[in-house]
Amino acid sequence: MDLNQLVQAVREKFPDAVAEERKAALVVKKESLRAVAQFLKTSELAFQNLHCVSGVDWKDKIEVVYHLYSFKHRFMLTLKVFLPMEDLAVETLSGLWESANWLERETFDLFGVKFLNHPDLRRILNPDEWTDYPLRKNFDRPDFFRLPQSEGLKAGG
Amino acid sequence: MIDPLSVQVRSMVINSSVILGFISISAMFLIWWERKVSAHIQNRLGPMIVGWHGSLQSIADTVKLLLKENIVPAGADKMIWWLAPFFVVVPSVMAFVTIPFARNFVVHDLNVGILFITSITSVCVLGIFMAGWGSNNKYSLLGGMRSAAQIISYEVPLLLSVVVVIMEAGTLSMQGIIQAQEHGWFILKPNLAIAFVIYFISSTAEVNRVPFDIPEAESELGAGYHTEYTGMKFAMFFVAEYTNLFIVSAVAATLFLGGWQGPFLPSVFWFLLKSYGIIFLSMWVRWTLPRVRMDQMMGFAWKFLTPVALLNLLISGWFMLR
Amino acid sequence: MTEIIAKEGLRSEELIVNMGPQHPSTHGVLYLELRLDGEIVVDCRPHIGYLHRSCEKIAENRTYIQFVPFTDRLDYLGSMNNNLGYVLAVEKLLNLQVNARVSYVRTIIAELNRIASHLVSLGTFAQDLGAYATPMFYCFRDREKIVELFDEICGGRLTYNYMRIGGVQTELPAHADKYIKDFIKYERQKLQEYNELLTYNAIFLSRTKKIGILKPEVAINYSVTGPMLRASGVKWDVRKDEPYMLYDQFKFDVPIGKVGDSWDRFKVRLDEIGESLKIVEQAIQGIPAGNAVAKVNKVFKAPPSESYMRTENPRGELGFYLVSDGGLKPYRNKIRSPSFSNLAVLPSIVRGLNVSDMVCVLGSTDIVMGEIDR
Repeated sequence: MDLNQLVQAVREKFPDAVAEERKAALVVKKESLRAVAQFLKTSELAFQNLHCVSGVDWKDKIEVVYHLYSFKHRFMLTLKVFLPMEDLAVETLSGLWESANWLERETFDLFGVKFLNHPDLRRILNPDEWTDYPLRKNFDRPDFFRLPQSEGLKAGG
Repeated sequence: MIDPLSVQVRSMVINSSVILGFISISAMFLIWWERKVSAHIQNRLGPMIVGWHGSLQSIADTVKLLLKENIVPAGADKMIWWLAPFFVVVPSVMAFVTIPFARNFVVHDLNVGILFITSITSVCVLGIFMAGWGSNNKYSLLGGMRSAAQIISYEVPLLLSVVVVIMEAGTLSMQGIIQAQEHGWFILKPNLAIAFVIYFISSTAEVNRVPFDIPEAESELGAGYHTEYTGMKFAMFFVAEYTNLFIVSAVAATLFLGGWQGPFLPSVFWFLLKSYGIIFLSMWVRWTLPRVRMDQMMGFAWKFLTPVALLNLLISGWFMLR
Repeated sequence: MTEIIAKEGLRSEELIVNMGPQHPSTHGVLYLELRLDGEIVVDCRPHIGYLHRSCEKIAENRTYIQFVPFTDRLDYLGSMNNNLGYVLAVEKLLNLQVNARVSYVRTIIAELNRIASHLVSLGTFAQDLGAYATPMFYCFRDREKIVELFDEICGGRLTYNYMRIGGVQTELPAHADKYIKDFIKYERQKLQEYNELLTYNAIFLSRTKKIGILKPEVAINYSVTGPMLRASGVKWDVRKDEPYMLYDQFKFDVPIGKVGDSWDRFKVRLDEIGESLKIVEQAIQGIPAGNAVAKVNKVFKAPPSESYMRTENPRGELGFYLVSDGGLKPYRNKIRSPSFSNLAVLPSIVRGLNVSDMVCVLGSTDIVMGEIDR
């Protein structure tokens, strides 16, 4: 199996889900992410394993990258979705793959992407009181942190 | 004119001070020895700096513990928390009253000696539970509860195995039991050998040692019931632990291995040799085996050890009546 | 009975125990919020992040080469394997081919490091089960021999910084050949000793058999990887099934478990030591002549592209997702750490076990907090 065949299969099933052509990745529109993911997992493509969820900040938009793996076809798919800065929300995949639970929490924690219908969307690496999203490009790296009187940890000197 | 009563009192005072001295030295020696034994089992050297091969390490540790701050945890039940170490140490010291160290050295040879020892050491569990309850710490509480359940369960097979010895010797007095072994140690008889194995396993559980160290299971409960104790209070638990270890080993030596009896050498030497031999066995087990689980341990006590001990008692009785 | 309880107002409460962040058996600063019914775990919520150093943010502010030492600090027991995963990802990004000797040296070093890491995991697991320190010291005795070799090679005993992009830091020393062959012979004897001391010990078996069973479909769903996945009976090893470097040239088996319980996880690691020894033996015999030391520029630009490289680490599949915008520094460096996913599955397998068993399961998952929190 190669990527072209896979993109074809997705196009046949969901005619307007694919957002753009890429050499190494399948880019879908954010509205159809859940449906495409469901198709990828349950069809004979058998992507049983959600390996990794990453975010990339492109300043005007945030890219969420899902690495899916199919043991049956020995194929790793890079599934991408782009989210505009104004509307950082996308449907969660944690009902399909349990591994998405923590991986999406991590992306939420570091990039501020809201995963809709996520069962437990809390910060995971940073303290709960944290207000910033450290892996965004506009994150102002503070020299030190201090505890404000009332509301826990906050970045900034 | 000498009042015979005052002679008796004076000799008891002297004997008691000898015993108290022995307890503290023995506990310190056992701590050092355990560290050396464990080190050599584990390809290490153990303490080597203080004194010859670290032999003064325990004294250094005691001085350190004496100087440590006594921290009372917030929200502790002060009275219970404060009393608990004494409830652990005092019974184990009292048990030394009837332990026959030599042919003619025992503080007071009660005619219910073995009964006295087993009942007085049972008081320790009260202290352990008080420590667990008073500390206001969930780990301590779990440790204390586990300990109470464990010690009470293992008391049953332990006593059943002791009863076999009492039947064989026909007396409860410790010296009497030793004299009954004049023509052969009890362990050489098959039913008493089984009793010895049961006694050894149960006593390991009684003194909370691996594989039955569940009350203070480090990887689960921190340090169990003595988590919140510092300085000398902690040291008291430690001393009590090693004193209890010595008591159960000394009782095993008395009941099964003929106590102070032995050729050529002075009787006290034989007694200590046998006791420390059993302690070494216990250390060897401790540094080799993993820990069992709480329910497995309780199941072992009630479903295996107690029936076997009862059966052993039955068979011994049948042998005697025959 | 229930009526009496309702009338008298008797109630039994669930006990909430905060296990960690400082606790002897949480393998670092893991904080488990346990709800206990007596001693039965009703629920378990892991809280992580106490060791969060934001390695991914640091990576965005360093050149590609400067980030190699930071990979040491992720999984500090498998530093060489982390180095390897990162340099392979960068090489994939740059489309860089390395010579055969480099791959051989990397294989030898990475497999030795895997042995060292598994030895620590076996020792600490036995420690969690209450075998006071003895198996731990035995394992560290053997690990010491590997660490001494690494110390000689790169001057570090824990954080090595040995792999370079395009090669390695230094050649193997002259006596390495004999040293490693002696070690292989020595370690094979010692594996027997571990079997006698632990693997088939009755108490050990009763503590670990049928405890914390992880079903294969659950493992795949949670993206569990490494020895933990293989213990569940999934025959999957990146080295075997999607070989990188020259792993397809070596003969070795992939040990798997039958049930997926704690004992299987222990046994799979023990068997993997033997398989790693096989790989090292073949590699040290067939190592070609050549130059293994890197000759790549210290500062270079990567073409605007991205690469995802996953390697088989001692704890599972370590993935590096590198995105380049054509600059000196990576635009994004995502680290997919195996322990992170392996820990996520913990709550679902410990419910209904008692506290002692939970400690046993946690020990058998073999997590390293440095890698989870990054």
